[in-house]
Amino acid sequence: MTERSEKPAGGRGLLGRRKVLGYLIAAPTLAVGVSWVANESGSRSADAAVPSLPQPPDIFDLGDLQNLAAAPTSGLITVELKTDGTAHFAVPRCEVGQGITTAFAMMVAEELDLPMNKVEITLADARPELLMNQLTGGSNSMRSMYLPVRTAAALARQRLVETAAEHWAVDAGRLTTRKGVVSGPSGRTATYGSLAKAAAALTTVTFSAELKDPSEFKVLGQPRNRVDGHDIVTGRKEFAMDLQVPGAKPTMVARPPTINGTLRSINNLAALRALPGITDVVGITHGVAIRGETFGQCIDAIQKVDATWGPGTVDDESDATVLAKLRAAQLPMAVPPVLAQTIDAEFVFAFASNSPLEPDCAIADVRPDGAEIWSCLKVPIVAQEDIAKQLGLPVDAVQVHVVQGGGSFGRHLFHDVAAEAAEISQKMGKAVKLSWSRTDNFRQGRTHPMCTSRVRVNYLAGNVLSYEQRHTSVQTDFGHGLGEMITAFAADLPVGGNLSFAETIFALTQSSPYDFGVTTQLLNEIPLKFNTGSMRNIYSPNVVCAEELVVDQLAKKMGQDPVRFRQNFLKDQRLLAVLNKAAEVGHWGKAMPKGTAQGIAVHSEYRAAVATLVEIDCRPETVNRPVEGEAVTGPRVTKAVIAVDPGFCINPRGLEAQMIGGLQDAIALALTSSLHIKNGIPLEGSWDNYFYTREWNTPLDVQVVIMPNTGDSPSGAGELSVAPAFAAVACAYARATGTLPKYFPINHGTLSFEPLPVQPSTPQSPTDGLDHTF
Amino acid sequence: MPTHTFKLNGKQISVEAEDGVRLLWVLRDLLGVTGPKYGCALEVCKSCTSHINGKAFNPCSVQVKDIEPSDEVTTIEGLPATVGKDLHPMQEAWLKYDVAQCGYCQPGQIMAAVAKVKQARAEGRDITDADLDELRNICRCGTYSRIREAVKAGAEDMGA
Repeated sequence: MTERSEKPAGGRGLLGRRKVLGYLIAAPTLAVGVSWVANESGSRSADAAVPSLPQPPDIFDLGDLQNLAAAPTSGLITVELKTDGTAHFAVPRCEVGQGITTAFAMMVAEELDLPMNKVEITLADARPELLMNQLTGGSNSMRSMYLPVRTAAALARQRLVETAAEHWAVDAGRLTTRKGVVSGPSGRTATYGSLAKAAAALTTVTFSAELKDPSEFKVLGQPRNRVDGHDIVTGRKEFAMDLQVPGAKPTMVARPPTINGTLRSINNLAALRALPGITDVVGITHGVAIRGETFGQCIDAIQKVDATWGPGTVDDESDATVLAKLRAAQLPMAVPPVLAQTIDAEFVFAFASNSPLEPDCAIADVRPDGAEIWSCLKVPIVAQEDIAKQLGLPVDAVQVHVVQGGGSFGRHLFHDVAAEAAEISQKMGKAVKLSWSRTDNFRQGRTHPMCTSRVRVNYLAGNVLSYEQRHTSVQTDFGHGLGEMITAFAADLPVGGNLSFAETIFALTQSSPYDFGVTTQLLNEIPLKFNTGSMRNIYSPNVVCAEELVVDQLAKKMGQDPVRFRQNFLKDQRLLAVLNKAAEVGHWGKAMPKGTAQGIAVHSEYRAAVATLVEIDCRPETVNRPVEGEAVTGPRVTKAVIAVDPGFCINPRGLEAQMIGGLQDAIALALTSSLHIKNGIPLEGSWDNYFYTREWNTPLDVQVVIMPNTGDSPSGAGELSVAPAFAAVACAYARATGTLPKYFPINHGTLSFEPLPVQPSTPQSPTDGLDHTF
Repeated sequence: MPTHTFKLNGKQISVEAEDGVRLLWVLRDLLGVTGPKYGCALEVCKSCTSHINGKAFNPCSVQVKDIEPSDEVTTIEGLPATVGKDLHPMQEAWLKYDVAQCGYCQPGQIMAAVAKVKQARAEGRDITDADLDELRNICRCGTYSRIREAVKAGAEDMGA
């Protein structure tokens, strides 16, 4: 499926090897630590049409901020070598499907000359001393850790070589390493494992080594399958709910009928406690916690809860009231319209859920003098601090274990479920394994907030004079630590001033790729207390969708083909290259039947460039195709071509996977998936209400083209493909139907399901499973 | 508490549970068989998909009392043994195509895929894109493209 263009010739060769420094750490076997981090942020050039001044992300983006924040503490990243010849690296990041464990294993394998299967990557517990270098987000893991991890591995290899050289009394320069074995003159060999003790340092000392030049890479840049693939396909990969912690019995929560409602009283506590299989029932801030022998019996008990609920935080809000508030808060445009040569458009994006497939889950064992937590946490340090405060314990009395997640999409930036598990465990005085129900996840879990994006362009005689975008959103909660990072480094930011955290994030991530003259993109937020948070690619899917739809309108008004128009106005050569590649591979402009069309869009973020071309089928026979059971069909994206320039591609297979995943998210956001807010709660309660892309919506033809490396540094990838694919689908829909879509997803106006009741908060499970076998 | 007996992954087992407890929780919480995942307990997401007497079903929506002593329940853990190998051809295909991202849905996806292929075979035909469109298993990471490639490849390797 992937087309991979040949690497360009060149590279720095052996003379280009980069010297790096670190520490040998006093330990029983070889252990190295790295105190050095840097990243190359390629500069960008712009020249064409009416030049726009560089926007902040062109110079300094969110990832750069994260790298800066990570720099002083990366010294604590360590790689250890055991006597069995395996290398161990506890990564201070979280694996949620994005493939970082595989990429880190590749880095270690490359620089250490060790087979992949001898590299063990685990997830580090919360390590407060790492400060903000333990945040998984912003598609930043590869960017911030590519050099430190390689450095640690290179140091370990160098130490092994020097140890062998000393034993054999030969010059280290005459030794070579391959597959975990050091080889010397006259056929001498020593396995890494046999050297692991001798190579250990007695005291911690500084040490130096050289990184491989990219031209020498054998692992990095080659397609590799996931390191956890075998565990996954055999069902052995453990998620939080699969962990067996003594005494941590299944626990669920009966919840109020509106978002963030509170518990006033439980009216049948004794009856609930007497239910079969139930061990404990306690009232908590936002519900009634029920612990039992099985999750099924907790669900049974939820059906029986008689409670009095206090109001929530948005009880009077519905889609229409929120939209009215957003419109009232839109910032004004600065450039007055030029008569007859202005496009002014407003796009609305509904609430969306960032829930992964794995329902939020955490195990908590809270004792009087300490606590232990297991959960999928992308910012475990903040979780640890907050939970310690909540429990009234010192931070170091709370151990937080990071568990691999069944997806994240932004959800695990927050530790809501871990904090709630801790609250319950403390109140029950017992260990609990808390799972939110599917319905909890949709109705009380965090969301990507509703927003509007207004765009105004003024154009004259083939040039675009101004581009203004006013993005207005229900506030996005960034209270997971990025805030601390920004506070710590505010003085170094080029954006400066009095921007809020959200405005800073917006300013650091949003940048128009076009030379459209005077360009401003501004954010305003309204302080409604929905449960929100970042969702994969944060603002970009909406901002870019709005922009690219207007770009297509501009092209039409100017009588230009959409690709030709973009070629004329794009500032960035890398974007131009991916645009041309996608147009070529996707046969842009080919004849297509009425009711079907192509759409194309570009996006640059995380120091990468992407162009996505899709074909959509909006003919009635497709839109109304039958699918058995509850489902939405609608227009089908039939083909997609994604051309991506990732700077340096670490793992083409992993990158392709992220491009495909982002595409499927984008199809859902454009066509089918949203939350309908009614009287303070989303109506969606199951995956047959929240229409994420299903097999019957997915394109049958998906091609990912990875461009030749344009640098030595990897870009971010995890969120990269969502925005351009969303925009491409929207543009294709507009061209196929001849109507400009203005409310997303396009089916939001029709409620395509029968909502589950709001009480009980988790519905009873069906019993007719044996009637549906196949 | 009632005792229930059935064949699980090739072995006859007995377990004490209230009649109404759904089989998923009997498997996961009482027997420690965690391959089938909890994604909704509403018979919607399909991440718990397993086999009963060789057919795909969702244990989240079957009460344990409805499982007969002679019923054979197979979870992802027992799938390789049904073909007498370390890995079922569908699992091999999943690895070859590097299908998984987070992996949460994949045990259910594989079990559904095997059943879907068998269903087509029983109708005397190969699996088609229309068949694949009928699979309801959610993959929130969006690996659908690779799932489709792997099912077709796995089907070939499953033989007739």
